Amino acid sequence: MFENHLLSLAIWLPILSGVLVLFVGGDSQAKLARWIALIGAAVSFLATLPLFTQFQDLHAGMQFIEDKVWISQFNIHYALGIDGISLFFVILNSFTTLLVILAGWEVIQSRVSHYMAAFLIMSGLINGSFAAMDAVLFYVFFEAMLIPMYLIIGIWGGPRRVYASVKFFLYTLLGSLLLLVAFLYLHKASGGSFSIADFQSLSLSRDIQILLFVAFFASFAVKVPMWPVHTWLPDAHVEAPTGGSMVLAAITLKIGAYGFLRFCLPIAPVASHELSWLIVLLSLVAVVYIGMVALVQADMKKLIAYSSISHMGFVTLGFFLFEGSQLNPYAVEGALLQMISHGFVSAAMFFCVGVMYDRVHSRQIADYGGVVNTMPKFAAFFLLFAMANAGLPATSGFVGEFLVIMGATKANFWVAVLAATTLIFGAGYTLWMYKRVIFGAVANSHVAELTDVNGRELLVLIILAATVLGMGLYPDLFAQKMHASVTNLITLVADKQAAVAGLSQ
Amino acid sequence: MMLAGLNIVPALPETFLLCAVSVLLMLDLFLKENSRAILLGGSLLSLIVTALIVLNVGESGVIYTFHHMYVLDPLATAMKLAAIATVFVIFVYGTQYVTDRGMFKSEYYALMLFALMGICVLVSANNFLSMYVGLELLSLSSYALVALERDSVKSTEAGMKYFVLGALASGMLLYGISMVYGGTKSLDVNEVATIIGSGAANMVLVKIGLVFIVAGLAFKLGAVPFHMWVPDVYHGAPTAVTMFVSSAPKLAAFVFVSRVLGQALPALHGEWQQMLMVLAVLSIAIGNITAIAQTNLKRMFAYSAISHMGFVILGVMVNSQAGYAASAFYVITYMLMTLGGFGLILLLTKAGFEGDQLSDLKGLAQRSPLFGGVLLLVMFSMAGIPSTVGFISKFSVLSAVLAGGNVALAVIVVLLSVIGAFYYLRIVKLAYFDAPESTAELSTDKGMKFALVVNGLFILALGILPQSLLDYCQQVVLASFAS
Repeated sequence: MFENHLLSLAIWLPILSGVLVLFVGGDSQAKLARWIALIGAAVSFLATLPLFTQFQDLHAGMQFIEDKVWISQFNIHYALGIDGISLFFVILNSFTTLLVILAGWEVIQSRVSHYMAAFLIMSGLINGSFAAMDAVLFYVFFEAMLIPMYLIIGIWGGPRRVYASVKFFLYTLLGSLLLLVAFLYLHKASGGSFSIADFQSLSLSRDIQILLFVAFFASFAVKVPMWPVHTWLPDAHVEAPTGGSMVLAAITLKIGAYGFLRFCLPIAPVASHELSWLIVLLSLVAVVYIGMVALVQADMKKLIAYSSISHMGFVTLGFFLFEGSQLNPYAVEGALLQMISHGFVSAAMFFCVGVMYDRVHSRQIADYGGVVNTMPKFAAFFLLFAMANAGLPATSGFVGEFLVIMGATKANFWVAVLAATTLIFGAGYTLWMYKRVIFGAVANSHVAELTDVNGRELLVLIILAATVLGMGLYPDLFAQKMHASVTNLITLVADKQAAVAGLSQ
Repeated sequence: MMLAGLNIVPALPETFLLCAVSVLLMLDLFLKENSRAILLGGSLLSLIVTALIVLNVGESGVIYTFHHMYVLDPLATAMKLAAIATVFVIFVYGTQYVTDRGMFKSEYYALMLFALMGICVLVSANNFLSMYVGLELLSLSSYALVALERDSVKSTEAGMKYFVLGALASGMLLYGISMVYGGTKSLDVNEVATIIGSGAANMVLVKIGLVFIVAGLAFKLGAVPFHMWVPDVYHGAPTAVTMFVSSAPKLAAFVFVSRVLGQALPALHGEWQQMLMVLAVLSIAIGNITAIAQTNLKRMFAYSAISHMGFVILGVMVNSQAGYAASAFYVITYMLMTLGGFGLILLLTKAGFEGDQLSDLKGLAQRSPLFGGVLLLVMFSMAGIPSTVGFISKFSVLSAVLAGGNVALAVIVVLLSVIGAFYYLRIVKLAYFDAPESTAELSTDKGMKFALVVNGLFILALGILPQSLLDYCQQVVLASFAS
C-alpha cells in the first residue's frame, strides 16, 4: 500500500517519530526517548531501502514520483521524486541519522528527548529537500532545516555555541533568501510554475542567467561551503555536539553541492559555463589553501572541519569542469561519489573524535599522544578512516578523487596538477594528526586512564568501516545507478547552451 | 429611496455590539466586587453573538446602505471576523493580568468593545466621513485604554503621547480629505474614483490631498517616518492593552489604506505607489535595525510591528489583486503572531512583576518545554522561516512584488529581513540556550495557557496547510476590488 509513497514515508516517518519523542518529556524518561528514537530512525532507514532496490538504473528521469497541489494560488506542488543523483543522499541521510542516534546514546544526558527529536525531524527535512521536485517545496525543507540545526548547535554545543549557531543561521539565511527571489523570478519567467523541471527547460538570456547564477551561488556556496564564505563551518563544527558535526559534514554540506547540480547548472548553463573559472578557482583555493590551513590546526574537530571544506572543494571542482560546452562525465560522477564517500568518512572521523572527547573532554591534539596503548581497537578503526580521508586506494575516499583528477586532466592540465595536491595535503594533515594523537608514548594521565571502545561505539565503527571499505572496493554499486541521470544532465546542459547561443545569433 | 437607504441589516453586528456594550456598562453598576467574572462572560458572549451576526449578514456580493455611506462586502466581513476573534483572544489572555492590576472593571471591556466597534465601522465605511467616524471611535477608545492604569506614570505618558500624535495624524488626514473633497466635490469612495477617472477633478488639489492622506494613514499604521509613537505606546500601555493596540487596529488600518488608495484613488497609483514604496522599505529597514538595540520585549515587538507593517504596505503598493490578497493574508496571520508574542509576555508576568524584559525569557524552554515550543514557533514565524505561517505570508507578499516586476525591491526587502532574523534568533537563544534565572511558576491561568498552545499550533498548521486561508483572502479581494 505504500508502494507509491516511499518518498513521503522517508520524509514523514522520521518527522513523526521525532514529534513522538518530544512527547516523552523530561530526562527522567531518557531511556524511553532513546529507544523510541532508535526505533524511529531504524524504521525510517529501512523504509528508504526499497528506494535502492526498486530503483531502475537505466531510467534517467525522476522515479517514485508523487505529485499533489499544495498551494494552488502560486501553483506550488507537493511533488517528490528522485533520480540517480539524489537517490543516495536520501539513503545516506537516513543511515547517518541512525548512527547519530547511536552516537549520542549515553553521551547526551540533558534534554535527551529534544536532542533525539531534533535529529529525527532534521532527517525528514533533509530527505524532503533531496526529494523535492518543486522549487518552493525544496526551499521550505531547505530553510526549515535551519531550525533544528540552530537548536542542536546552540543547546548541546561547546563554549562558544551561541556565536557559532547564530553565525551559522544568518549566513545560511542570507544565501537562501536570494535563492527564494531567484525562484520567484523563475516562477514569473516560466509562466507560473514552480516545478524544477519547468525551470530547467527555460531558455533564458545570458544576462538573466548571470543574475540567477549569482543568487544560486550566494545560497549554495555558503552551504557547501566554498572559500571565502566558509568561515561559519569551523565554528559550527567545533561547537556542535558529535552528532551535530556528523550530520553537518555528512549531509547538510551535500545539499549545497546538490543545489549546484540540480539548479545552477541546468537552469543557468550559459552563466555556469562562462563563470566556471570562478568556481574552479575558488575550489582550487579550497583544496590547496584550506588544505594548508588544516595542516596547522591544533584542534582535531577544526582540522576535520577544514578537511571537509577542502574535500567539498573537490566536489564543486568536479561539477564545473567544462570541455567546450560539455561537462566532464567522469568528473561529475567522481564528485558525486566523493560526496557520498565524504558523508561516510567525515561522519566516521567526527565520531572518532567524539569517542575520545567523551573520555578526555578535550579536542586539542596536544592533550593526546599514545592513545594506541590504551585503545588499540579504536586506533585500528581510526587508522582506516584516516586513510580514507587521505584518499588511500581501496577506501571510498580514493574513487571520487581519482575520477575528478582524471576529468580535470582532460579539461586543463594545470587544474589537475593543483587538484592532485589534495592527495599530499590530505595525507599530510590527517596522518600527522593521527601520528600525534595515537602513536608515541602515553602522554599524560588522562590518556593512561582511557578505556577502549564499548559495544555501542564498536557497532557504529564497524558499520562505518564496512561501508567505507565496501564503497572503495566496489564503487560501481553506486556509480551504475548514477550513469543515466548524469548523462542526461550533461546533455541538458550542453543542449541548452546551444539553444541560447542560437537565440542570440 | 429613503427606505432603501435605511436598510439596517448590513450594520446589524455593530448595532448589536453597541447595545451589548451599553448593557455591560449598566450591569457593572450592580455587580459586586467578586462577581465581576460575569463581565468577562458577557463580553465573550457578545463577541460570539456579534461574530454569528457578521457571518449571517455577510454576503458574497457588495451591498451599500445608509446612502452609500456604508458598505458590506466580503473584505469587511473577513476583517470584522478577524478583529472579533482577535479581541476574543485578548480577553482570554488578559484576564489574569487585568485582575492582578485592578483593571478588571467594565471600563476595560467596554472600551475594548467600543474600539472593536470602531474597527467594524471603519472596515465597512464607504465614505471618507464614515471612515473618519470609525477611525476616531477606535482611536479615542484606544487612547483611554492605553492610559487605563492611571496611577502609572508610564501608562499616562503613553496615553498622552498617543493622543497628541494621534490627533495630529487625524488632523492631517482630515486636511487631506478636505482637499480631495475640494478637488472632486464628493466624499464617496466610488464617486471620487469615478470623478477622477472622468477627468473632471482638480488634480492639483487631489494630489496635495493625497500626500496628507498618505501621511495620516502612515501615522495610523505606524510606518516610518511616522512611527515615533509606536515604541513608547507599546512600552507604556498595560500589556493587555498593548496586545490590543498591536493587533486588531492593524486589520482596520489595512482596509482603510486599501479602500482609500485602492478603491477611491486608484487613478493616482503612480503617485502613491512611490510614497508607499519609501514607507515600506524604510519601515522594514528601521524597524528591523532598531529592534536589535532593544532590551524590552514590548519595545522590541513595537519595532518588529513597524517592519511587519512595512510588508503589509508593500502588498498594497503593488496595487494588484494578488497584492491586496497577500496583504490581507499577511495582516490576518500577523494577528496570530503578535497575539502569541504578547501572550508569552503575559505568561511570564505576575502580580507585581512585569515579564517584559528580554532577560525574563532566559531558560523558558527548560522551565516549560511546551511554551518554549510556542515561543519557537512565534519567533520563527515572525522571522519568516518555513513550516510556520510567517513564511507563507512573506512569500505571498514577495511573490506579488515580483509579479509587479520589481526585482530590485524584492532583493532589498529580503536582505533587510535577514537583519530582522537576528533579533528573533536572539530571543530563541535566550529561551533555549541560556539557563533560567528564575524558577518561579509560569502564569497559572489555565484558559490562557490552553489558548496560547492553540495559538502556536495554528501558526504551525497554517504554515503547512495555508491553502484554505489563502483561498479565502483571494475570494475576499476578488469580490471587493472587482468594482
